Amino acid sequence: MPPRMLPEPTPETAHFWAGTLRGELLLQRNRQTGEAYFPPRPFCPKTGSRDVEVFRASGRGVLWSYVINHRPRPDMGTEPYAIAVVKLEEGPTMMTNIVGCPQTPEALQLDMPVEVVFEPMSETIALPFFKPAGV
Amino acid sequence: MRRKSVAVVGAAETTKMGRIPDVSVIGLHADAALNAMADAGLSPSDIDGVATAGISPVELAHYLGITPTYADGTSVGGCSFMLHVRHAAAAIEAGLAKTILITHGESGKSRVGAGGFARSASSLMGQFEMPYGVTSPPTMFTVPVLRYLKTYGLSEEDLAWVAVIQREWAAKNPRASFKDPISVDDVLASPMIAWPFRMLMCCLVTDGGGALILTSAERAKDFPTRPVYVLGTGESVETPMVSQMEDFTSSKAFRVSGKKAFEEAGIGHADVDHLMIYDAFAHLPLYGLEDLGFCKPGEAAGFIRERNTAPPKDGKAGGRLPLNTNGGGLSYMHSGMYGMYALQESVRQMRGVAPAQVAGAKVSVCHGVGGMFAASGTIIFSNEAP
Repeated sequence: MPPRMLPEPTPETAHFWAGTLRGELLLQRNRQTGEAYFPPRPFCPKTGSRDVEVFRASGRGVLWSYVINHRPRPDMGTEPYAIAVVKLEEGPTMMTNIVGCPQTPEALQLDMPVEVVFEPMSETIALPFFKPAGV
Repeated sequence: MRRKSVAVVGAAETTKMGRIPDVSVIGLHADAALNAMADAGLSPSDIDGVATAGISPVELAHYLGITPTYADGTSVGGCSFMLHVRHAAAAIEAGLAKTILITHGESGKSRVGAGGFARSASSLMGQFEMPYGVTSPPTMFTVPVLRYLKTYGLSEEDLAWVAVIQREWAAKNPRASFKDPISVDDVLASPMIAWPFRMLMCCLVTDGGGALILTSAERAKDFPTRPVYVLGTGESVETPMVSQMEDFTSSKAFRVSGKKAFEEAGIGHADVDHLMIYDAFAHLPLYGLEDLGFCKPGEAAGFIRERNTAPPKDGKAGGRLPLNTNGGGLSYMHSGMYGMYALQESVRQMRGVAPAQVAGAKVSVCHGVGGMFAASGTIIFSNEAP
């Protein structure tokens, strides 16, 4: 199996990937409005304000939508897997995989609560995944 | 822009369609361009503006021996050609060029002289989507759909109906790749690609191309074919990452582009005789019908199932809003950037020469998508002189 396709952080996203290595899901928010956003950038995409801060998100959310890919990418193995989007408690959505449960429509119910887990993939990258909450 | 100030005077697809292993990408652009020039009675020296996507307008101009005063390389995916028409109309009105050629060519199936589709691992998509196993469009474009289905209490059967009815249109088109009738059961029994999408809910992969030539409405009268006037235009973009769409049940780019085009055209939905909605996958006509305002949110699936967009069948009249009358990307052809073929069908309908001609059609709306809900372009055509 070829090595998994991994992200290459940029200066604007380095804090996010440093956070996942430590086991923290970091989002950013506008200091004035308090609105959280993702993916990382050094300004608020709603207002253009650079007065933003990084904060540690709860890591909780719900399964928002997904597909189950039946033609796996070579670096993802041979079994069908869900490509999912989670809606975080803080508002933003993010793409992920759902781990710790069967990759079937029956097991993957929309709006089910999920929580973040981190899996080290290399010395510099840990990917955030989500698992059914409380399991 | 001013209504009907610009018209399509040349339109053609590649000589062959489907599987064309003996022509490269640039060759498909050129074949379509030469066919469109023949259609308009023009030669390369008559063209002073070029627009294309996939290859650079520089490559196109040089290959065809054109020295333009206008070049547009807008490349936002499959609806790039809608944006090219819009920009060309504005450019002709502003005097930047008189006669603009827009081309598309893609060796989607045979991959002759075709480039790759790689994303950098440092792009936002490379960092925040690629690591999770997305591959080709069937694993990305489809991601919002379960949320749409749940919100409106719909099922995979509703997606299947879109494919079934478009196949009825394809049966009337001699150039369509797939013409045999299919049932909802056939669609639901076809191989699983990415739940809930099965093969027959996904577009074809073929080779082909198309080209358009636009000029001012004043000059358009002197060309051999019936002028097809540009009545209204719209465009917008939202996000390169499908996971970051603002609303999984509706495309912001669709809404903005469609609204702008209808406002510019000064028409209402009841004025529309013919509609094209870029259907890379079966959910796109549903989002399109709703986001363009033809149906209320959640009602497009019922609208299609009740045959409002279908051709005549078994002695019963066709629906009031004929949709994707060439068979669409699901059954006609899809080389990768299908927008050009949607435009070609709108032009054929307005000229009155489509294989499945809508009798008396005067207004055609042609709506495109680019990327995975990333971009959108809408062109409204009329065949009535200003």
